[in-house]
Amino acid sequence: MTTNVDKTNGGPSNGANKASGPADANPVAKDAVTVVDPRLLVRQEGFKGYLTEFGRKMRSGDLGAVPVIVGIAIIWAVFQAKDSAFLSPKNLSDLSILLGGTGMISVGIVFVLLLGEIDLSVGSVSGLAAATLAVLNVNHGVPEGIAVLAALASGAALGALHGFFFAKIGVPAFVVTLAGLLAWNGLMLQVLGTTGTISIADDSFVRDLTAHYFSQLIAAYGAATVATAGFFLAQFLDSRRRKAVGIPSRPLSEILVRTGVLAVIVYAAAWRLNEYKGLPLALVIFVAVLVILDFVVRRTSYGRKVIALGGSVEAARRAGINVVAIRISVYSLAGLMAACGGIMIASRIGSASQQAGTGNLLMEAIAAAVIGGTSLFGGRGSVWSALLGMLVIGSISSGMNLLGVANSVQYMITGGVLLAAVVIDSVSRRTQRSAGRG
Amino acid sequence: MAIVPNGPVLALRGISKRFGAVQALTDIHLEVHAGEVVALVGDNGAGKSTLVKSIAGVGPADEGVIEWQGKPVQVTRPHDAQELGIATVYQDLALCDNIDVVGNLFLGREILRVGVLDEVEMERRARELLQTLSIRIPSVRIPIASLSGGQRQTVAIARSMLGEPKLVILDEPTAALGVEQTAQVLDLVERLRDRGLAVILISHNMADVKAVADRVAVLRLGRNNGIFDVKTTSQEEIISAITGATDNAVTRRKARSGEVAK
Repeated sequence: MTTNVDKTNGGPSNGANKASGPADANPVAKDAVTVVDPRLLVRQEGFKGYLTEFGRKMRSGDLGAVPVIVGIAIIWAVFQAKDSAFLSPKNLSDLSILLGGTGMISVGIVFVLLLGEIDLSVGSVSGLAAATLAVLNVNHGVPEGIAVLAALASGAALGALHGFFFAKIGVPAFVVTLAGLLAWNGLMLQVLGTTGTISIADDSFVRDLTAHYFSQLIAAYGAATVATAGFFLAQFLDSRRRKAVGIPSRPLSEILVRTGVLAVIVYAAAWRLNEYKGLPLALVIFVAVLVILDFVVRRTSYGRKVIALGGSVEAARRAGINVVAIRISVYSLAGLMAACGGIMIASRIGSASQQAGTGNLLMEAIAAAVIGGTSLFGGRGSVWSALLGMLVIGSISSGMNLLGVANSVQYMITGGVLLAAVVIDSVSRRTQRSAGRG
Repeated sequence: MAIVPNGPVLALRGISKRFGAVQALTDIHLEVHAGEVVALVGDNGAGKSTLVKSIAGVGPADEGVIEWQGKPVQVTRPHDAQELGIATVYQDLALCDNIDVVGNLFLGREILRVGVLDEVEMERRARELLQTLSIRIPSVRIPIASLSGGQRQTVAIARSMLGEPKLVILDEPTAALGVEQTAQVLDLVERLRDRGLAVILISHNMADVKAVADRVAVLRLGRNNGIFDVKTTSQEEIISAITGATDNAVTRRKARSGEVAK
């Protein structure tokens, strides 16, 4: 019987390497996995290894945030060359505030995209939240805090409703949220009633969300220092703990380089913002939300479940993950973030209007997530892509406004950028497949 | 061979299952002992998967008794089976392509440290587990998508080991695998047995069955059609039990082509 497997030798695979025998009686092996597949390209020690690894990742299509960062650099260079006011403190400060509104909505979209689904209703939900806030606060005299909470709760509830129809009833998410797009826009018009536009008082807390600046120099630099130190500490402690139990860890040189890059970016931003009015509260809120939700995605079992669902629903179900609950919660989160975004936008504009949440807001939110590097195909992406994508979209619209380019051209260019981002996503996905990485 | 206590780990007594007008399983009996690999074979539609589902709690049986270590138990949910110590590795690998090996091994039972994923501990345990099972994969931090079919299957099996089961059910673990990968998986099955686990192996591949199984339970049209000792039974006898007759397409074909030139 030639097909019989040679039991004592453990098959051809073991013949090549020196195996410790088929029955490894000792359950704890201190030296971890010593026998390494010879085909694996092992990263060399030290900084040089880091560079070669980086180059290899690029070639195999694991582009990460590189295309976006290159894109932002090009966009900034072009606009700066056309108009020196582009990188002026005022313009950058305004841009940082502009990011927050749509960016918040985009963060919710990132979660939905991680599931491999789509939410078309976020624009309308954001408009409805702004209208709810304005009507409760301005027309009915409800205290601001309560009105804000009510607006946020309405967003979360509407999102949960979409999630319920999608996850429990089984209606395709595209259709459910398309219905939401229409229905909540209608509800917003009804809530606003005949008044149309409701202005928010200039001295209100909601207005302050985007109008307040921490003007002391120390605020921006302090925030930059906290971010840098926190990043370094987290990386360093993780690396030390890994070393202690004998699994591969980042070398100190790599941690220092990463920290250095981050430090340059945040200190440059702090310097630029301080040149104008200081650190905008809106930026602080946006970045805080990004940090928290990034932590949720990468370091909690909830985030792991979301990503697992984006990879394989069946595998997730068999692993005991409550698919329905996770889906509803993600849609609820998307609704909540849409409401946050709606409030930020209302705060910046100073009113809740009938146009809120319509137009290209929805498309910008989705485009930002995709441009920032979150895959449309589910399971791959990062919360930070909302920031990166918004930087691209915001820079383009801010730069074009500066140059006095018409809206029509802006839309076409943003559309082109979105297409480019999706092409990069699809191509890098294909390259990753062939390089066995995606 | 390790510890083999008396009495079967799992005993099925008179299991029946009906889907509408179809009697999928009729009065099935099966015993599995610790440190033993029982191959479950049968043609398509013989009821193998249905039987496994009834053990795994995915599709509970209508009638009959499941005895676990001598005591009758109720297995109505997958959770019940896991509690008892029954791990099932399904044919279509239950792994997420986009998550790395460590993440997949611990999917659904992540190790937490103050409420946060403890990646360090999970990676350490994953390496330890793969080491004890002599599973070699390039790295525990690469996405499952980068692994070969055999490596994925071994990861899926390793994953089932995390719950420290007493019985592992493998549903066609070598289907769609190459020669080398099949050998890897069969090696792993033997290691499970050597560690004193009971294994139920569903397979269409007689060579695999002959290679690793101790006993072969044949199902035919939802009924027991004999339990054979692999060492004393020829492949032809098993095949005739599967197909239900000595005169069938397989034997006719063999008769035509003379001695099996496999």
